[in-house]
Amino acid sequence: MKARDLITEAVSGVGARPARTVLTIAGVVVGIGTLVTTLGVSATAGNQIAGRFDAVTATEITVRVPVPTGRNAPPAVSWSAPDNVARLNGVTAVAAWSRTPEGRDLPVRANAVRDPTRIVDRLLPVLGSTDTVPAATRSTLAAGRFFDAGHVCRRDRVAVLGPLAAEQLGLTRIDNQPAVFVDGKAYTVIGILGPPGRPDQPVPATAVILPWTAADDGLGLGPISTVAITTDLGGAQLIARQAPVALAPNDPSGLEVEAPPDPATLRNGVAGDVSGLLLILGLVSLIVAALGIANVTLVTVMERTAEIGLRRAMGARRHHIAVQFLLESTVIGLLGGIVGASAGILAVVAISVAQQWTPVVDGTLAATSPLVGALVGLVAGLYPAMRAARMQPVDALRGPA
Amino acid sequence: MTDVLELAAVHRVFPADPPVTALAGVDLRVRRGDYLAIVGPSGSGKSTLLNVLGLLDVPSTGSYRFEGAETTTMSDRRRTGLRGSRIGFVFQSFHLLMYRSVLENVMLGGLYTGVPLAERRTRAVAALDRVGLGHRHRFLPSRLSGGERQRVAIARALVGDPALLLCDEPTGNLDSANTASVLDLFDDLRAGGATLLVITHDATVAARADRQVRITDGRISITPAAARADGRIS
Ligand SMILES: Nc1ncnc2c1ncn2[C@@H]1O[C@H](COP(=O)(O)OP(=O)(O)OP(=O)(O)O)[C@@H](O)[C@H]1O
Ligand SMILES: [Mg+2]
Repeated sequence: MKARDLITEAVSGVGARPARTVLTIAGVVVGIGTLVTTLGVSATAGNQIAGRFDAVTATEITVRVPVPTGRNAPPAVSWSAPDNVARLNGVTAVAAWSRTPEGRDLPVRANAVRDPTRIVDRLLPVLGSTDTVPAATRSTLAAGRFFDAGHVCRRDRVAVLGPLAAEQLGLTRIDNQPAVFVDGKAYTVIGILGPPGRPDQPVPATAVILPWTAADDGLGLGPISTVAITTDLGGAQLIARQAPVALAPNDPSGLEVEAPPDPATLRNGVAGDVSGLLLILGLVSLIVAALGIANVTLVTVMERTAEIGLRRAMGARRHHIAVQFLLESTVIGLLGGIVGASAGILAVVAISVAQQWTPVVDGTLAATSPLVGALVGLVAGLYPAMRAARMQPVDALRGPA
Repeated sequence: MTDVLELAAVHRVFPADPPVTALAGVDLRVRRGDYLAIVGPSGSGKSTLLNVLGLLDVPSTGSYRFEGAETTTMSDRRRTGLRGSRIGFVFQSFHLLMYRSVLENVMLGGLYTGVPLAERRTRAVAALDRVGLGHRHRFLPSRLSGGERQRVAIARALVGDPALLLCDEPTGNLDSANTASVLDLFDDLRAGGATLLVITHDATVAARADRQVRITDGRISITPAAARADGRIS
C-alpha cells in the first residue's frame, strides 16, 4: 500500500474525534509555545541588554600580580614593565601600583586638623604607584595635582589622597600644604582625587597614594601588585591577551587578567540566565503533552479495537496498524508544534512591542518547533501503536466498535 | 469445478481450564460458485469455523487448503495477504467506520492489497451501485438503516473481488424487511458467480442457500433437506 493511503487513513483518524484532538493538541501547543516564547524573548532581551551594554566598561582591564612566594624571589612584574604595555597598540592608559597587603593597612594621620578630637590614626590602604593613576582609573582631581614622573624619579615624599581617604582624614583643601603621617613618616599632600571613574577599581579612592619609589623607600611596599589598563573601544579582548606577555614575558600565565566579557558571550550569557527556568518549564509542558498524547492514543486504540480487527480482516499487516497509529499521534504532535510555534512567535512580537524592543525570532527555531512537536507525537505514539499492532485479529473483531 | 477450500479433520481447542474444543474434527469442501449455509445452535462453533475459514485463526490440528494451498503452515504475513486479497468478510455488527463516509468505508476494501486509489474508487462506486446504494456516497454510516449498513459492508467486501465471501450472521441485527433485501442481494451475487458461505441460526436465511451444513458441538452433520438436495458434503 502507498504512503499516501496510510497518511489519508491517519489524518482521517485524527479528524474522527475533533474535540479530543483539539484538547490533545492544546497540550503540545502549550509546551512548544512556552519554548518558542522563552527562547524568542530571551534572545530579544539578550540583544537589548547587549546592545545597551556600556561600551566604556568594555575597555577596562585589570591585571593582578601574585605576591612573590619567597622573600628574595624576583618580582613577577618589574616597575619598568608597565611602559611595555603602554606601547601596545590600542592601550590608552596604564597604571601600576603596589599596595599594603590586604588587612594590614597602615596608620595615617593628618597634621592640619583643627578639631583635636579627630587627631587619631586612621588605618588606610597605602599605594605606591606610577604617575598615571588618574588616567588609568578614569579619575579627575578634586584639588591640586597628581605627582608626575619627576616626583617618582626624585623619590619625592609627596602624597595624593583618594576622596574617601581625604574625608576620613578631614582634609578638604591643599592650599595650606597639609602633610600626612603614614606609619609616622611625613608626606606632603599635593592633590586629592575626585570620585572614582572605574567601578572595578575602588581601591585608589580609599587610599593614600605615594610615588612607588618613595613608598618603597619609606614603607617597603615592594613590587607591583596591580596593573590597571584602559584601551580603545573594542581593543580590550586583544590587549587582555597581550598584556600578560608584555608585563611578565617569563611567566605570563602566572598573572590573573580581568577583562570585560566578549559582547557576544555576554549576549548569550544574559539569554541563558533569563531563559533557563522557563526552558525547563517548556520542556516539562512538552513531557506532559507527550504523556497526554500517549494516553489519548492508547484510549483511541482501545476504543477502535474493532476497527483494528476489521483492518486486519481486510488484509492489514501488523506494521500497517502500527504505522497508522504512529502517524496519527505524529500528526497531532505536528499540528500542536505548528500552532505552538505560531503562538510563541506572536507572543514574542507582542512582548517586544510592549517593551519597545526589536523582536528577534530565530528562523531555525520557528522551523524546528513543528518537527519537535511531531517528534513528541511520534515518541508518545510508540507504546499505543505497539499495543494496537500486537492485537490478534479474532480478539480485536470482538472488541468495541 | 475447482475447490475454493477444503478442510480436513480440523480441530480448534482453546486453552482454558478445562480446554474448550470448539471444532472437533471438521471436514468441509466448498467449490467455486457454492452458496452454503452453516447452521447450528449457539456455542456450537460456527464463529470459530468462520474465523478458521477466513484465515483469522489457525486450526490446532488438521489441514486447511485454500485454493489448493495449505494455509496451516503459511507465514502470518502470507496468510494476511491471502486474507486481504481473496476473502471478503461480512460481519453481524457491520464493522463500519462511523467517522468515514459510505464511499470511504467501501474504499477500505483493497486498501491493504495494493489496489491503487483511483481503482479502489471506481470499484467502490460500482460495488455501491450493485448493492443499490449509489445515491448514498457522502452519507455517514450512522445515518443509514440497518439493512443499508449491511449492504455497505457487503459492498466493501466485494471491492477486493474475493474468491470467497464469508458472512457471520449477516442478518442477525436486521428486521425482516432488511433481511429480505440482504438475502435478495446474496441471490444476485450467487447468480453473478460468487462463492458464498453464510453462518446463521435463522432457518429462513439458511433455506435460501443451495445447501446447508449443520454444526453441533464442533462437529458437522448434514441437514436432511440438504442431503436430499445434493450429496456433495464431504
Ligand atoms: N477464545 C476462546 N477461548 C475459549 N473458548 C472460546 C473462545 N472462543 C470461543 N470459545 C468457545 O468455543 C465455543 C464455540 O464458540 P463460537 O463462538 O464458535 O460459537 P457460535 O456457534 O458462533 O455461537 P453463537 O451462535 O452464539 O455465535 C463456545 O463454547 C465458546 O465459549
Ligand atoms: Mg457466533
